[in-house]
Amino acid sequence: MKPTLRSRTLTTAFMFVVAVYVLLPVWWLLVSATKSGGDLFDTPALWFGEINLGTNVGRLMEQDGGVYPRWLINTVIYSVGGAVGATVVSAMAGYALSKYPFRGRGAVFAVIMFAVLIPVPLLGLPLYLLLTQLGLLNTMWGVLLPSMVSPFGVYLARVYADAAVPTDLLEAGRLDGAGELRIFFTVAVRLMAPALVTLFLFQFVAIWNNFFLPMIVLNDEKLWPVTLGLVKWNSLRTGFYRDMVITGAFVSVIPVILAFIGLQRFWKADLAAGSVKV
Amino acid sequence: MATIQLEAEQRRTAPPPRRRGPTGNRAAGIFLAPFAVLFVVFFLVPIAYAVNESFYQVKRSGLGFGTPERVFAGLDNFTAVFADGSFMNGIGRLLLFGLVQVPIMLGLALVLALLLDSASARFKRVFRLTYFLPYAVPGVIAAIVWSFLYTPRISPLADLVPFDFLSDSVVLWSMANIVTWTWVGFNMLVIYAALQSIPTSLYEAAELDGAGGWKTAWYVKVPLVRPSLVLTGVFSIIGTLQLFNEPMVLSRITPAVGKDYTPLMRSLQVALDNNDYGQGTAIALMLAVFAAGLSYLFIRLSAWLTARGVNP
Repeated sequence: MKPTLRSRTLTTAFMFVVAVYVLLPVWWLLVSATKSGGDLFDTPALWFGEINLGTNVGRLMEQDGGVYPRWLINTVIYSVGGAVGATVVSAMAGYALSKYPFRGRGAVFAVIMFAVLIPVPLLGLPLYLLLTQLGLLNTMWGVLLPSMVSPFGVYLARVYADAAVPTDLLEAGRLDGAGELRIFFTVAVRLMAPALVTLFLFQFVAIWNNFFLPMIVLNDEKLWPVTLGLVKWNSLRTGFYRDMVITGAFVSVIPVILAFIGLQRFWKADLAAGSVKV
Repeated sequence: MATIQLEAEQRRTAPPPRRRGPTGNRAAGIFLAPFAVLFVVFFLVPIAYAVNESFYQVKRSGLGFGTPERVFAGLDNFTAVFADGSFMNGIGRLLLFGLVQVPIMLGLALVLALLLDSASARFKRVFRLTYFLPYAVPGVIAAIVWSFLYTPRISPLADLVPFDFLSDSVVLWSMANIVTWTWVGFNMLVIYAALQSIPTSLYEAAELDGAGGWKTAWYVKVPLVRPSLVLTGVFSIIGTLQLFNEPMVLSRITPAVGKDYTPLMRSLQVALDNNDYGQGTAIALMLAVFAAGLSYLFIRLSAWLTARGVNP
């Protein structure tokens, strides 16, 4: 059955309207990041005035003793470091749950699935008290280590291991005399690799998105990720900081958007969606 | 001597050791250990800590000049949560928010996924990627950008509408818009991925039976992607109950959003500003119980509806 011209036109028009809604804030941010403070008010909001992007970025990098570049570096450390850690830890745990029928496996998995249902920010307060006692308050580890705990990541890794790693292959490796660790790192990881990239991306976004944890853990501005810094500047609400907030938001978001576009083939939500049995 | 003899006997007669036995268990233990340690320290211990803390209160004797004393308070903190007007107002706001925003967001996500999956759509790849882009923007940055778009004179929108985006009666829906903008594409992608895994032979059968595009979508596709709708529904419920980033950003720029606007904000305010950890953790625990309970109810409800043949 071929769709009629009318249904094609209506569908495309609707999708176009939604696309405009989605892109409007991004477009506004791009245009505004190029404007001087005065132009923000005096020129059309959705079109360029005089292009001052270079000046804005230059000022951004020097503002408050050059703290912005530090925030960017910190963000990369937290998001990339935390996501790599979470991926490795989750992959190992998910693989164990998938391939070893040890006693109590069902119970362990049930606890992990229950943990998925608990909103992590609600652990923020006790975590704060705990980190104080561990001496991790106001340190990078205080953000990194809790970021590596991802019950949902373990669940996904288990699904991936079930789907991508044939048990026969592991048996063959064992008959060849390979140890369990070697089998995991040479056979299983290779087979799970595409899925692990997806897992990494999910964790990266989760940490990049998590404002609550660094807000609770970090006092020292020099350790902040970019989100914390922008929120502080934004709350100052003076004209000068307003320009810095806009340019700062633009500079931090654009690389991530570009990375998304470049890595789009790895955004496979199907494994997450298709195999949830409720 | 006799036991040694016996062991030797057994060794001779026992079948060759299986790798699956103790070796397998040890390997499983090694693979699970890093996650287990982190999970216990940064997940279970905080919960236990919170549960313990929530049973205590700090009492100051006399006129408040004596040394504060930490006393066991039983369930007092929990009953106090329900007597706390700020908390109850916050819960009311979240329920209203969730009842309106979650169906709108998931409905839009479902429609977009179905359209992307239909034969009528053009430029599918471009549209799919476009809808997904806001997922790259952290909630607080989305809230900051939208807060500019809600500000008169800077915004191209604020002058077009007859109301103030940041006023008392509108600000909750301004927040709902930010959350919808951020998450609709992600939810769409999850549902779309499920649609893609339906074998096309099912559509052909529906077509032979004379079902049009809309009928096929509603009677064939939607029931088949139910698991993905349940998943996105559960995530949305949990996300709503922990609503924090958007109201926190807006609370710094408009008086319409107080520092106790949502229960999670209230929990922080009580614990950190009032130094009442017992009460603050009690609020957080109640929220966690609500979140788990609501998610569970939602899963049961949708299973029950399906069993009775109700869509979706």
